Amino acid sequence: MIVGLEHYLVVAAILFTIGVFGIFLNRKNVIVILMSVELILLAVNINLVAFSTHIGDLKGQVFALFVLTVAAAEAAIGLAILVVYFRNRGTIAVEDINRMKG
Amino acid sequence: MILPSLFFYLFASVTVASALMVISSKNPVHSVLFLILAFVNAAGLFMLMGAEFLAMILIVVYVGAVAVLFMFVTMMLDVDFAELRDGFLQYLPVGVLVGLVMLCELVFVLGAWGAAGSMAKTVAKAPIPTDVTNAEALGRVLYTDHVLLFQAAGLVLLTAMVGAIVLTLRERRAGVKRQDIATQVARGPATAIEVVKVKPGQGLGERGAS
Repeated sequence: MIVGLEHYLVVAAILFTIGVFGIFLNRKNVIVILMSVELILLAVNINLVAFSTHIGDLKGQVFALFVLTVAAAEAAIGLAILVVYFRNRGTIAVEDINRMKG
Repeated sequence: MILPSLFFYLFASVTVASALMVISSKNPVHSVLFLILAFVNAAGLFMLMGAEFLAMILIVVYVGAVAVLFMFVTMMLDVDFAELRDGFLQYLPVGVLVGLVMLCELVFVLGAWGAAGSMAKTVAKAPIPTDVTNAEALGRVLYTDHVLLFQAAGLVLLTAMVGAIVLTLRERRAGVKRQDIATQVARGPATAIEVVKVKPGQGLGERGAS
């Protein structure tokens, strides 16, 4: 049985769902929420590369590279905010983040 | 022909299993380690798809930088992680519900798309060349057609770096000894050298120790 585009799409769909599920499951823990976002972006990258190789167009891989860049920047900024927040409040529980009354 | 499918199922199953462990393990350090495992296996999937450069970038950037950053922050924060898992089971039903709905939608989209037949063949704007390596082909497209986007990605990374430094940098408290270069350069023989007379057999005494 040959592995085609659909197989990769199924893997990416499962990975995406696990990421969304993880955000709901760990609603108190910001670090695991950030990891779930990384999983979602990984699923998006798998989709982009799968379509890129299936169509035979290199631009999908170029876009996957940009997604990777944004994901790295997002992780760095998110963790920096987390560190500053922990330094000020002494906790990272999501429910306590209400200082701005948003 | 059987070997690629075997590797695909190996990489895919390990990726999905470790992704499940990421969101369900008790200790966030274990979560980070499983995240690394998921990324490495996703790099294997990329390799199977023929995107060697992205596979290497995934390992270098994600495993080498992002996951290590996660590891540092997780270990640095002194948080009671058991307390953070209090409502774990409370959110389980709604999480399962949303997850199932999303998975069903994705499967329906995939099924409808598969039932509609293969996708319309469009003319590839940047066809994948077969005579050069993947990295070279990607570089040719990236540095010619998408050079502005490439620079914009660099700016995004620069902004992230500056932002992270500005957020976490704090002024040191007083009492930290710093090097004052102007004072060091301005030192002359008058302040740096002291000539003393040493009497025979007595040494320098107290001044010699200082």
